[in-house]
Amino acid sequence: MRHLLSAGDLDRDEATLILDTAGELAQVGDRSVKKLPTLRGRTVVNLFYEDSTRTRTSFELAAKRLSADVINFSAKGSSVSKGESLKDTALTLQAMGADGVVIRHGASGAPHRLANWVDGSVLNAGDGTHEHPTQALLDAFTMRERLGRLEGLRVAVVGDILHSRVARSNVLLLTTLGAHVTLVAPPTLLPVSVHTWPCEVSYDLDEVLPESDVVMMLRVQAERMHDSFFPSVREYSRNYGLDGERLSRMPEEAIVMHPGPMVRGMEISAEVADSPRCTVTEQVANGVSLRMAVLYLLLGGS
Amino acid sequence: MHARKPARDDNEISPPASVPEVPEGTRAVLDGNEINRALTRIAHEVLERTKGGQDVTLLGIPSRGVPLAERLARRIERVEDLDVPAGSLDITMYRDDLRLAPARALGRTEIPAGGLDDRVVVLVDDVLFSGRTVRAALDALGDLGRPRAVQLAVLVDRGHRELPIRADYVGKNLPTSLRESVTVQLEESDGLDAVLLGPSPAATLKEGTRPGSLQRSKDTEGDL
Repeated sequence: MRHLLSAGDLDRDEATLILDTAGELAQVGDRSVKKLPTLRGRTVVNLFYEDSTRTRTSFELAAKRLSADVINFSAKGSSVSKGESLKDTALTLQAMGADGVVIRHGASGAPHRLANWVDGSVLNAGDGTHEHPTQALLDAFTMRERLGRLEGLRVAVVGDILHSRVARSNVLLLTTLGAHVTLVAPPTLLPVSVHTWPCEVSYDLDEVLPESDVVMMLRVQAERMHDSFFPSVREYSRNYGLDGERLSRMPEEAIVMHPGPMVRGMEISAEVADSPRCTVTEQVANGVSLRMAVLYLLLGGS
Repeated sequence: MHARKPARDDNEISPPASVPEVPEGTRAVLDGNEINRALTRIAHEVLERTKGGQDVTLLGIPSRGVPLAERLARRIERVEDLDVPAGSLDITMYRDDLRLAPARALGRTEIPAGGLDDRVVVLVDDVLFSGRTVRAALDALGDLGRPRAVQLAVLVDRGHRELPIRADYVGKNLPTSLRESVTVQLEESDGLDAVLLGPSPAATLKEGTRPGSLQRSKDTEGDL
């Protein structure tokens, strides 16, 4: 494994190794010295062309806990705003000796291009509406922690599938790990090619919920929408939002996940977001351990 | 099926009662009973040296060190009726040779409740070789707490140290050549107890005389 570009590139053994490694590294957060010397002298560049708080700080903290040097590079306030291309930026970072490049970019496929230009490892931290593999890995990790297994788990992914890189990565990864995924969305918010994905599709949330061990709510990504995809927020919320009443019809052990940021009152009610069955903050905490595992496995060896 | 091997005259230990089947060119230098006796002796020595073992915490280094630490804890309990905390300490992230091989899977680290501060930590490993594993373990300990003292117990000391490190408790001193490999098998992980001495895998021979070099086979990795 040299890069992490797509959750679909991971086979079952590799994915399990990442999850197991993350499980061990989770202890580091509880120690008096929350640092390991493993990546001492290595340089990790966070190259963020899109806004992000969670993912960037998570990668930064993960790299720092492994003693790597971290350079944060955001499009705002860099040469990118002066018109520099991705390739020239990449070659600049290359010349500075970056061992790993964590990239978030608005264009789907940007990390794949980058991987051809630099010698170091490229980690996809979200590219357009394509993929977000570390989010899928931390989601799988959280499910395994909470429910003890992934094999045979029934996972419903609900909301704006069309614009979601989280949905695609989760479908690919969870299928590899033996879970069954059902996508739930209005027809307008499903990609045209969804029938080729290894999952089921439903338009009816109430039908899917009683049979789900995990429900993952996705935000409606208004910033990527140039048309109207549903009549009104209120109608969307009534059909595809998760409230306390809907939650009560799920199996008792079932958990609610959300990759964040949440829009309370839209896809998830405040009551559900604050319930102990909602794993949003756990997902954030697990994200650091998971990204430490990925950085270690990509940059730690020869 | 147990094959009997001829005892060697120059071997200081008596021929084991039953020697498990071993690979070609390999001989057992300790059998199950001898390992048991060595561990019992080490348990007594630990109690003696630590004046009753009140503050002792045993930490096994994965993979073979962990079951050895648990066995030592049980023996100490039997001798002194004292419940000694035992855990494990994985040193992978502290190795000095990480960059010489692909990233390794991590072992378990389990620090017993109560932590390590002011305890007498006895590190337990199967084979003491170059001393680099112990060096890494000392670094790892420093990040986990501040023990009052750190001691080292090993089942086999095969020599060839590359660092100024020595063991406080040794099951058996086994002078070896760098062309040989020492493999410890334990009931818990391998189905039977034995210490095997055999020719080193070809890769090691090519590496010449650098036991610390990490392009070695998996079998000998733990010997560091």
